[in-house]
Amino acid sequence: MRSKFPSRWLPYVLLFPTLALCGLFLYYPVVQSFRLSTYRAILMGLHQKYVGLENYVRLFTSSDYLNSLKVTFIFAFGVVLIGLSISLAIALLANRKVRGARIYRIALIWPYALSPAVAGSIWLFLLNPTVGVVNYVLKELFGISPDWMSNGNLALLAVTMAAAWKNMGYNIVFFLAGLQNVPGEVLEAARVDGAGPWRTFWSVTFPMLSPTTFFLLIMNLIYAFFGGFGLISVMTEGGPAQATNILIYKLYQDAFRFQKWGTAAAQSVVLFIMVVALTLIQFRTTGRRVHYGGN
Amino acid sequence: MAAIKRRHVSRYRLRKKGNTLLTHLALLVVAFAVASPIIFALIKSTQSTVQVFTYPPTFVIGTKAPENYSTAWNYYRLGQLMKNTFIIAFAVTIGKTFMSLLAALALVYFDFRFKWALFLFVLMTLMMPIPVRIVPLYDLVRSFGWGNTHWALIVPFLASATGVFLFRQHFMSIPSSLVDAARVDGVAPLRFLWQILVPMSMNTIGAMAVIQFVYIWNQYLWPLIIIASNEKQMIQIGLKLLTGSGAEGMLNWGVAMAGTIITMLPPLLIFLLLQEQFMRGFALSEEK
Repeated sequence: MRSKFPSRWLPYVLLFPTLALCGLFLYYPVVQSFRLSTYRAILMGLHQKYVGLENYVRLFTSSDYLNSLKVTFIFAFGVVLIGLSISLAIALLANRKVRGARIYRIALIWPYALSPAVAGSIWLFLLNPTVGVVNYVLKELFGISPDWMSNGNLALLAVTMAAAWKNMGYNIVFFLAGLQNVPGEVLEAARVDGAGPWRTFWSVTFPMLSPTTFFLLIMNLIYAFFGGFGLISVMTEGGPAQATNILIYKLYQDAFRFQKWGTAAAQSVVLFIMVVALTLIQFRTTGRRVHYGGN
Repeated sequence: MAAIKRRHVSRYRLRKKGNTLLTHLALLVVAFAVASPIIFALIKSTQSTVQVFTYPPTFVIGTKAPENYSTAWNYYRLGQLMKNTFIIAFAVTIGKTFMSLLAALALVYFDFRFKWALFLFVLMTLMMPIPVRIVPLYDLVRSFGWGNTHWALIVPFLASATGVFLFRQHFMSIPSSLVDAARVDGVAPLRFLWQILVPMSMNTIGAMAVIQFVYIWNQYLWPLIIIASNEKQMIQIGLKLLTGSGAEGMLNWGVAMAGTIITMLPPLLIFLLLQEQFMRGFALSEEK
């Protein structure tokens, strides 16, 4: 039993600033999102009319919103698949005991500090058909020069690659931490038993890493759902023709371009349900870990 | 038998040496690949428009570095935006760290009613990123008269579930004999925090500083909607103005890349400066 300071009131005083700000700027607006989602603005926004679940019905029958859901899922799937597989491969490499391992690690995880907008700006340039280096390589090798930002599928691929690249540093940090928890004796035992590196990875390392992988899966989904705004804003603004209009960008457009507060609030609630579900799954499966966001 | 074993060992060593060389090579290639988009941007940020548009692209340092960077800094006002962003990022990082330390002190070194419930109350805010409360938050902040002010970018971000969690976790790993000693000596709780806990928490504070500084520096959605005037804006939005200027005519990619490099440098420097603490802070909070 840990011994404590005796004061009865001091702990509340110490906690008060945090609790008050959480209540005012986090809980209250979330509750308001729920309330607002059942209203619709009428008379040029001067009055609000209670409409029950009508905003939700409109949302899920709107082809634009359904498209946005689809685009978000493809984007998230791509970010997870590309991001996690490449990061894991790099982490395995960086986990080898060589001289200067620390320097290599820094050289691999620094993109953590980049912002989505910076990643967007750089990839916009890399993929530019006239000045970018990607099309130069493609032209030299295959004789093609795709116009990334005006083809819907290519634009979606472009934002997915940029987002996955930006998040690699974060993934590698956690994969490295996870790899360090794989006991060397187990790996040695597998080697002595004649298992090759491929076999050792799939039957020893990968299963032992699965808590980390699962944690990162959830974190990458949350990142894809909530972290992509700056990237989309800089690279595509949701276009061409809604092809990259992920949920969070659509929410921004509906709320702050078209002033559709009710529908926007309903979209917030849908996002909230998604983040709650993902967080609960993560808490139940990987336990006490918490994600390191800015909240 | 021994000879066979020795030969086996030496062959193993030889192979290991070759492997090590290969590992170095592979690591260098991968590190270069990860950095290559930035290296390309860095090179192009020094070139004139003509050099940027040369085909095939040239990968040499150009002649326009001073002009490109000063255009981004002055004409596109990245200097002003950077100052704003620094003030906001420092204020939030310091405020968050301070408030989280106080809250964690209460949660670990005191007994009181509803302790677990209050901790959960704070922790649950992890599920409330800006997008799930954006419209009401916008209304609320404007109702305080904080629209288009830096208050809107600072105050709503001061409470930190991540910070409370990290510091609580760290405090719980500190031997409890310390608090006994402090109590015997009659040290008051706040002095205990300041003189004993804080010096022992430098890794966690460093990790926290990196996470928060990077998060605030990279804010995009919230400043975009709550700040209307360009001179009060945060730097990521400046980047949008810079790359979005293509619509008005031909985009000057050299300047755009110079602006991108300027925008990414401060959080990158903070990260490099504190990467040791960042890694250790992370490792500490891993479940063991």
